[in-house]
Amino acid sequence: MQPIDKIVADARAAFDSAASVADLEQAKSRFLGKSGALTELLKGLGKLSAEERPKAGAAINEAKVRVEALLASRRDAILAAELDLRLAAESIDVTLPGRRQSPGGLHPISRAQEHIERLFASMGFSVADGPEIENDFYNFTALRMFPDHPSRSMQDTFYVADSDKVLRTHTSPVQIRHMQTHEPPIRIICPGRVYRVDHDATHSPMFHQIEGLWVDEGISLADLKGTVAQFCRAFFERDDIGIRFRPSYFPFVEPGVEIDMEWERKDGEVKYLEIGGAGVVHPDVLRNGNIDPERYSGFAFGMGLDRLAMLKYGVNDLRLFFDNDLKFLRQFR
Amino acid sequence: MKVSVKWLRELAGVDLPVDRLAHVLTMGGLEVEEVTPAAGAFEGIVVAHVLTVAPHPNADKLRVAEVEAGKGTTLTIVCGAPNVAAGQKVPCALVGAKLPGMEIKRAKLRGVESSGMLCSARELGMSDDHSGLLVLPEDAPVGMDIREYLDLDDTVLTLKLTPNRGDCLSMFGIARDIAALTGKACSLPEASPVSATIADSREVRISDPAACGHYFGRVIRGIDPSARTPAWMARRLERAGLRPRSPLVDITNFVMLERGQPMHAFDHAKLEGAIDVRMAKPGEELKLLTEQWAEYLPNLLLITDASGPVALGGVMGGFDSMVTDATTNVFFEAAYFAPEAVQGRAKALQLTSDAAYRFERGVDFAGTRAALERATELTLAICGGEAGPVTQARGTLPARRPQRVRPARVRALLGYEVADDDMAGALRRLHCTVARDGGDLVATPPTWRFDLAIEEDYVEEVARVHGYEHVPAAAPRSSVPMLDVPEGARTRFDLKRAVASLGYQEVINYSFVSSQWEADFADNATAVRLANPIASNMDVMRSTLVGGLVAAVKSNLNRDEERVRLFEVGRCFLGAGPEPQEQPERLGCITYGPRMPEQWAEKAQAADFYDAKGDLEAIAGAGLLEFRPGGRHPSCHPGRCASVWAGDRQVGVVGELHPKLQLKYELAAAPVLFEIDCDVLLAGRAPRYSGVSRMPTVRRDLAVVVAESLSAGAILAAVRAAVPACVREVEVFDQYRGKGVESGRKSLAFRIVIQDTARTLTDAEVEEIVGSIRQLLIQKFQASPRT
Repeated sequence: MQPIDKIVADARAAFDSAASVADLEQAKSRFLGKSGALTELLKGLGKLSAEERPKAGAAINEAKVRVEALLASRRDAILAAELDLRLAAESIDVTLPGRRQSPGGLHPISRAQEHIERLFASMGFSVADGPEIENDFYNFTALRMFPDHPSRSMQDTFYVADSDKVLRTHTSPVQIRHMQTHEPPIRIICPGRVYRVDHDATHSPMFHQIEGLWVDEGISLADLKGTVAQFCRAFFERDDIGIRFRPSYFPFVEPGVEIDMEWERKDGEVKYLEIGGAGVVHPDVLRNGNIDPERYSGFAFGMGLDRLAMLKYGVNDLRLFFDNDLKFLRQFR
Repeated sequence: MKVSVKWLRELAGVDLPVDRLAHVLTMGGLEVEEVTPAAGAFEGIVVAHVLTVAPHPNADKLRVAEVEAGKGTTLTIVCGAPNVAAGQKVPCALVGAKLPGMEIKRAKLRGVESSGMLCSARELGMSDDHSGLLVLPEDAPVGMDIREYLDLDDTVLTLKLTPNRGDCLSMFGIARDIAALTGKACSLPEASPVSATIADSREVRISDPAACGHYFGRVIRGIDPSARTPAWMARRLERAGLRPRSPLVDITNFVMLERGQPMHAFDHAKLEGAIDVRMAKPGEELKLLTEQWAEYLPNLLLITDASGPVALGGVMGGFDSMVTDATTNVFFEAAYFAPEAVQGRAKALQLTSDAAYRFERGVDFAGTRAALERATELTLAICGGEAGPVTQARGTLPARRPQRVRPARVRALLGYEVADDDMAGALRRLHCTVARDGGDLVATPPTWRFDLAIEEDYVEEVARVHGYEHVPAAAPRSSVPMLDVPEGARTRFDLKRAVASLGYQEVINYSFVSSQWEADFADNATAVRLANPIASNMDVMRSTLVGGLVAAVKSNLNRDEERVRLFEVGRCFLGAGPEPQEQPERLGCITYGPRMPEQWAEKAQAADFYDAKGDLEAIAGAGLLEFRPGGRHPSCHPGRCASVWAGDRQVGVVGELHPKLQLKYELAAAPVLFEIDCDVLLAGRAPRYSGVSRMPTVRRDLAVVVAESLSAGAILAAVRAAVPACVREVEVFDQYRGKGVESGRKSLAFRIVIQDTARTLTDAEVEEIVGSIRQLLIQKFQASPRT
């Protein structure tokens, strides 16, 4: 073996036995360093004749390239092995739970309300809001529930002491306030808390209503039915829900309607659920909202938000909504 | 309103099956809430006569009765009812009788053979009463089928009537509406006038003609005080939910149920002089037949005689002039009282009155006289006696105003096609008179309808007779202007979801709270107070959400929760005294327990003020809110509470629950909480681009020691106000107390980020800026360098 080939073979052996990058650097200096074997050979070129020198020089350079290649390859191998080791050492138990804040959530009534607002927004309805302590005019008189009239006793009212104010018994006063300050076409829904003196298994003294109002030229009872029917199918995410109207009486609409929803069919019998009251807005109510009833007509409807939420989520007891039990509320996250 | 189907059939020839009848009524707007059979489905029960009762030889609680149940034989029946007694007439289920779920067989009961069963009202399905046997009148014919004897093949419909349909508070009214809805003819029995056979009469006068349209009176003399209400009448009263009392009272009630006309029976002997219908005068009062006293009210309509008030007009009779078991001469009143003259009176006097209930809603004024004739006829038949002539007085009867009904308008409001003739036909079926004027209809309501005044009222009637089920579902056509939705605005739900993402669960508390909470959590002694709270601990309107949140935390801790984070969005009611000044909608959040849920990667650390503040800052976004020390809030620890400001308006508070409230509401640790007006959180600001500097940023840290009492916020505000525009940020990144810092002082470390928009700053320039800040801290805040 030529001495030069031995040097290359020695370098390969030395590099292969290097266990780390540091070892490799040491080994490198033995061959390529200032007094390394190949450097020494290069230094010896001067002693050679002018004819021998180019050939010997070329051989040494070729050996140097080979040694450098060996070095690089070994370095890559060591780095890859070190990385593998590090990665293996750094591996964690990915099955442990993530670091986190506990999830919070919205109240089921809020969820239902948000859904309803989105559905009606898609039909161009905006949301209107108003005070919960109301005066007599907006809560009753503007809606044709005159003092001493039997229609007043349809809703048992909370009165503010030493005052003519009441806790609103429905969100209808918002409709009057909105009509007074807006021009038709009007499309609003009015969700919110309402209050009635009623407290038992199926009534809460505070509950939620969602009312809707659409006033424009040519609005009819049939439009009301179409709108409510679409809403019910969209809200309950069922195509098989039908709507039935029954005559009813609310002083602020004429004709007045009770809305029944086809909920179940059993043995050919349809089971209807009452979901709200509605009707064509009474002309006096439009006038109280500064709207000309000869030019415009409108429909209004009101539904119990709590009841809609109960039906939607299968909640069987209204009181659960106001009990604030986390074990109940967490189910709606 | 309870309606006996059998009565309806006999009176008005209504021949629909019960389920169909209920459907017609419900779809006609007279909602049937309940359909109740008068009795259970049984057969083989007859009237029996109890002959003897003996103790059972083997059982203390059983008795052995010998009864006669027709067919001449005597039966031995073992009976457990406590009230069984010899001589009684009782229902007896014979061997072979079928009751729901059982068949009666001959059987030995504790060794004695029993051939049948004596029955309670519950076993007959008539009521829930099973305290003892249903004891029948003495004259009940032995052996008669009990269904026949008690007229049990009947069904009672319970109607939920709306206040506009006063006309349907009688059998006549319901029969008329059924006829209109089904398109059949309706024949109601006439009341034939009863001729006077005696001359006795009582003069009547109306001093308030607006309140009383007319008043008819009649004396009947010589009635038999021992007469009893016939069983058929008692049954009809009972099926309608009224208790039979005495023949004269029952007759007036029966006529009211049949025709809708409330009447009153006075004891003729107890009246003095002429009857006058007039308003009460101050100081007048009346003892009512319920023995309640009616005090003076303005516009209280009275029936008076020469001695003073004897009845409340249209509401209730007086005690002193009422008929009793000893009455032999009666004075009947049948009158029309205007709704406005009766409305609200019963309620104001806290009376329940079937008469007022009807007059308030409107009574058919064309039927007043006929009702009196009907009562006369019944009285003579049941109690005997002789009738005098009818005396009468006239006031002002309600006008029947013709109303123009434009067919095009009807179609427009209904949204579907109805022919003009069909409209006229529908209204005529309701006994409206309908004339034509050009293309329009002119309709006048019948005397019993008080809810037909404007065109829309007739629109409803057309739809009602035509059938609401025929209303089509249309898709409304309307212009749809785009909604105003500011880009930066959040909806309430965006806000709620932002809060929920921080681990808070939404709750809903009642808006009314106890006045004690208002005192504790808001130091508010003048909360808006309810006149009629549902409970004494819900007597005022809340001015803060905190009380409800603390209570909700507490109730969840009692349910074994350990870590509770809750929020509520709702209105609060501010302002002293009865008048609420403002009703701001607020967000309240509360945290109890560790900052993070228990988990392997986090150390359990109790949430503190800075968690609540950080959550609020996260919800509000950068730069919106300012936190000022010394925010005194009754709910909060005074040293751990900040007032929250948006510009120059205080919008909320953040803090730790006051220790005295923690103690009072029995919480093991103090929750932290904040409450803030929603409007500032919902308002939107569209962002605006202001240029991005490409110049390098330089960060310098500066640590100084200052007095403990100095707030970081005050120092930051002073520094930020003083530095040149190239200082992008000054923030506290560390606070330290303890070794190396003398007591009473604290070390604060500031991060100062500097970047010029136009050029790279030299080290000297940066040093100069930092030096000036250091100087400011030394001079203004007596800061010393951290060593």
